[in-house]
Amino acid sequence: MMRRGILAALSAAVIGLGVGASVSAAEFEAPPLQDWSFSGIFGAYEKASLQRGFQVYREVCAGCHSMKLVAYRNLSALGYSEKEVKAFAAEAEVTDGPNDDGEMFPRPGLPSDRFVPPFANDQAARAANNGAFPPDLSVLTKARYRRMGWEGSDYIYAVLTGYHDEPPADFQEKYREEQKKKNKDREEKDKKEIKDFQVAEGMNFNLYFPGYQIAMPPPLADDGVEFADGTKATVKQMAKDVTTFLAWAAEPEMEERKRLGIKVILFLLVLTGLLFALKRKIWADLH
Amino acid sequence: MTVSEWPKQAVSWFDERLPVFTFMQHELNEYPTPRNLSYWWNFGSLAGIVLVVMIATGIVLAMHYTPHVDMAYDSIEQRIMRDVNYGWLMRYVHLNGASMFFLLVYIHLFRGLYYGSYKAPREVLWWLGIILLLLMMMTAFMGYVLPWGQMSFWAATVITNLFSAIPLIGDQIVTWLWGGFAVGNPTLNRFYSLHYLMPFVIVGVVMLHLVALHMHGSNNPLGIDRKEERDSIPFHPYYTIKDALGLGVFFIVFAVFVFFAPNFLGEAENYVRANPFQTPAEIVPDWYFLPYYAILRSITFDIWFIPAKLIGVTAMFGSLMLLFALPWLDTSKVRSARFRPIYKQVYWVFVVDCLVLGWVGANRPEGHILIIGQVATAYYFLHFLVLMPLIGWFEKPRPLPDSISKAVLERPAPPAEAGTGGAE
Repeated sequence: MMRRGILAALSAAVIGLGVGASVSAAEFEAPPLQDWSFSGIFGAYEKASLQRGFQVYREVCAGCHSMKLVAYRNLSALGYSEKEVKAFAAEAEVTDGPNDDGEMFPRPGLPSDRFVPPFANDQAARAANNGAFPPDLSVLTKARYRRMGWEGSDYIYAVLTGYHDEPPADFQEKYREEQKKKNKDREEKDKKEIKDFQVAEGMNFNLYFPGYQIAMPPPLADDGVEFADGTKATVKQMAKDVTTFLAWAAEPEMEERKRLGIKVILFLLVLTGLLFALKRKIWADLH
Repeated sequence: MTVSEWPKQAVSWFDERLPVFTFMQHELNEYPTPRNLSYWWNFGSLAGIVLVVMIATGIVLAMHYTPHVDMAYDSIEQRIMRDVNYGWLMRYVHLNGASMFFLLVYIHLFRGLYYGSYKAPREVLWWLGIILLLLMMMTAFMGYVLPWGQMSFWAATVITNLFSAIPLIGDQIVTWLWGGFAVGNPTLNRFYSLHYLMPFVIVGVVMLHLVALHMHGSNNPLGIDRKEERDSIPFHPYYTIKDALGLGVFFIVFAVFVFFAPNFLGEAENYVRANPFQTPAEIVPDWYFLPYYAILRSITFDIWFIPAKLIGVTAMFGSLMLLFALPWLDTSKVRSARFRPIYKQVYWVFVVDCLVLGWVGANRPEGHILIIGQVATAYYFLHFLVLMPLIGWFEKPRPLPDSISKAVLERPAPPAEAGTGGAE
């Protein structure tokens, strides 16, 4: 009785978590799951992809998006030499000071500096982007994770590749169906007219962004960057690489964490096995 | 052990002055324990160990955390997660440890409900357990606010605002709790202070919980008192090894979350910095608060002149306060549900009801979900206030065994009863 009850309870709990997480205010398509090199218990970041992804961030995203939590010195984890890291840091201009005269002064960035943000403050970022705020990308993959759904990286990849000039016809059909379904639950006076999805002024259609539209114009175009390693810079390739880079930025400890986790769990399995044998031996004389 | 005599002498010298060794001998070594405890009796000691883990990791985290609205988020996401050696490990152990703590305590509590562990003479033990649960909730809530992410901020706003439901002085109380006219830096600071204090209060109450436990010893799956000498076995080595085995299994589960799914149990939205000007699409607490949240949000109607909010808050707190009266609401003389054919069924309905409440709590209270939540809330109170007293009166319990040892030793172990056993 107890055992059966628990199974029922457990499955109910799992379903509860899943369904609970799938509720959202604005509608969007669930991002398709990708096959990431860094998912799974043995997952690791692919160094070449990280470097390409950093290049995409540096040449495309960094114009608007900050990554305030990441320091230039962290880039050595991408496989860059100390000299290369120093060079990347030096490209940025950091305001330091005050000096002995009490003046603030600009200097080239050092590896110990955090990524210098593109705008002085949030207001400046909004002002330059039509009122929309380009979010900080440091932990974006963690912030867009959906329990029992997708990884943050799946979502980011989907948004980067989910642009359409016009809402596709099959989308419009589905959109109308959704509206009809909603109307069914509504009171007579609250019923809304069924019409096609209209992209608002200054917005861009994106299948995977909540509300189906996003202020960010399509950031990636084929051959938008020229990869140092000769990889062809298709939109999908760039999206995959920059997402890998963002996943690393959000969870730089991931590889170490998983490696340690495997050791810890192997140790615990052996220990628990020994404890199990000991338990049986000690309890044997009681029966 | 017999290399030298002096450690023994030193021990007895010290013990005559402060009897710690005698105490340990009595309470941890020879402490007589029912011989038939199942693995459901592991969860109390497991919770105790997680409490120690939480305090240990918490103290380390506190060395690197900065309780200021402008710096709290960075001190965790930047310093602890990236720069502090194994800071990510401390943080993820602490973060998931909170969930594990509640998981263990809820299993512990539902074990007590099934086997009637709250009945005489263990009522005070039960009360102390509920107080521990309440203290844990306060601690967990305040800890959740500390990272100062979106969920932190909005959870603090929603929960402190509950006090505004108190008639007449509600708003003043909320201002007093906040230390200002909105959730802000003073709020964060006091939450940090209290989050550091509360675990030690919990340790104190755990001590009392243990003293109360050791007055009459553990209840057991049969729910009958020990009568003969062979009903009991010494705590050590029998239950030390059984607890250790349970700990091994539990740590494996814990480690899977910490190392491979550290954010599975949390809300992703909390990785977004707190923004007082932007309400998140959904304000959802962590899973262990969902049933209470469902009860709170199920009350959408005023009753006479009493506003819905006040009823909701009262229902939510009442759902817990009710547990204090449980020893008297349950009118059955029989402790273990194993001998209570009707209560046993109703018990599982109640478990499902709590899970349904949890599911409702994770969803918007609209449409059929709201209705389900209201029915589940009503059933929650019905279970305690009506079913428990009635079943106790009308139910005909199955005959109880004469003694624990008779039931365990003189009968082939009943394989159908999964609750009995464990590895015996």
